[in-house]
Amino acid sequence: MLQIDCPWCGPRDQSEFGFGGEAHIVRPADPDALSDAEWADYLFMRKNTRGPHAEQWCHSAGCRRWFNVLRDTLTYRILAVYRVGEPPPEPGHAD
Amino acid sequence: MKYSLLSLARNALSFHEKWPSAWRSPQPQREYDVIVVGGGGHGLASAYYLAREHGIRRVAVLEKGWIGGGNTGRNTTIVRSNYLWDEAAALYEKSLQLWEGLSQALNYNVMFSQRGVYNLGHSLQDMRDIARRVNANRLNGIDGELLDARQVRERIPIMAIDGRYPVLGASFQPRGGVARHDAVAWGFARAADALGVDIIQECEVTGIRRKAGAVTGVDTTRGFIAAPRVGVVAAGHSSVLADMAGLRLPIESHPLQALVSEPLKPVLDTVVMSNAVHGYISQSDKGELVVGSGIDAFTGYAQRGSFSIIEGNLAAIVELFPIFSRVRMLRQWGGIVDVCPDACPIIGKTPVKGLYFNCGWGTGGFKATPGSGWVFAHTLARDEPHPLNAPFGLARFETGALIDEHGAAGVAH
Repeated sequence: MLQIDCPWCGPRDQSEFGFGGEAHIVRPADPDALSDAEWADYLFMRKNTRGPHAEQWCHSAGCRRWFNVLRDTLTYRILAVYRVGEPPPEPGHAD
Repeated sequence: MKYSLLSLARNALSFHEKWPSAWRSPQPQREYDVIVVGGGGHGLASAYYLAREHGIRRVAVLEKGWIGGGNTGRNTTIVRSNYLWDEAAALYEKSLQLWEGLSQALNYNVMFSQRGVYNLGHSLQDMRDIARRVNANRLNGIDGELLDARQVRERIPIMAIDGRYPVLGASFQPRGGVARHDAVAWGFARAADALGVDIIQECEVTGIRRKAGAVTGVDTTRGFIAAPRVGVVAAGHSSVLADMAGLRLPIESHPLQALVSEPLKPVLDTVVMSNAVHGYISQSDKGELVVGSGIDAFTGYAQRGSFSIIEGNLAAIVELFPIFSRVRMLRQWGGIVDVCPDACPIIGKTPVKGLYFNCGWGTGGFKATPGSGWVFAHTLARDEPHPLNAPFGLARFETGALIDEHGAAGVAH
């Protein structure tokens, strides 16, 4: 089980958290202007990165707040935890 | 060499020391008509049907590890076709029909055992969904029975239907069952090899070369190999390969775990699965209980999952089968499954000419192995989908014609 360092509550077991998928996907400002392909890209297409992956987690059994995590999907090692709205840290400098 | 009673007797005389290898290990040629990326069951089946049904024999299967080392050898071997929607039901039923003649067709015993599959219902809504699915199956010509709690108790007496997760009934597909997963990989590999397919192991694809929007070949750890058509059947690593061609897929890779117990005397003569409590169980021919778990919620490529998933899974199994509470588990492992938003596969063409993908089987690809190969071979040979996989193209994510099989796929693999 992962140990995740909630920005508000500190380190807790992964079982307290919910996984929210890839981070930094921005809802299009004008959905009506999108083609079907662009809408599909926003809605369904994912990076599914093998390596450092920026993703959303929610401390659902704790403070119930969302935040971002940079995690290596190959080693499951958590490289960085950062707040929503902040840019993802560079993987190499995360420690 | 054809496997038969005669070949068995002849090799007995030489103390079984002179059996030939089941398939060759050739050096890659410079060029092929078709390259299949991924030497799992689906890739091998694709190559086999390309050679057998479409006469295309200059085919290479490139496998980065070894045959049967990926998800084909890591699943819980369940085969069934009781899917809800017409499109999915037709695809999985084609596969089940191929399973029924597979050992003879491959001249390799895949130990396909039609011991039936139960899907349990634990709530009134479960039972409504099950009744709907059984009716849909029967309208599609797929066998299915709707059982009440009393019938389930009679047929699976060791199950605690009045426990913490009361069993109100079940669907039952008599033609479902299990097959020996390694034998499926080896059988397809041997049969494809006999038809001239080159199976190249320890050959990882590192790039997909394109020219003017069309595929020209693949870069590998053993050099460049040219081909005008490339079919990618890479399960959990599909997104990595798509990225090499500048494509994005609606797929996320998750670890899915399974485990087996010490061997027991025969105790469970069928397959029992429960979506609601996340567990499925059968007994292998060796006597081991084969238990399947759910996926980890997070994405991952490490072929291992969280212990908490197994803990919850086994808690449910023990509630359903108190008789197994003291069974010791021997081994546990994970595979990386390519989960699609509508729990259905993606089989078809891509925006790159000559590049085809067969992926997104998620948690339940094993049962589809022959059918997946059948339709993908057709797609690769004719440059157009077989009628059975036409609804499963990438385009459905743009048109919105998704095929929502979360109910039938669920945890039930």
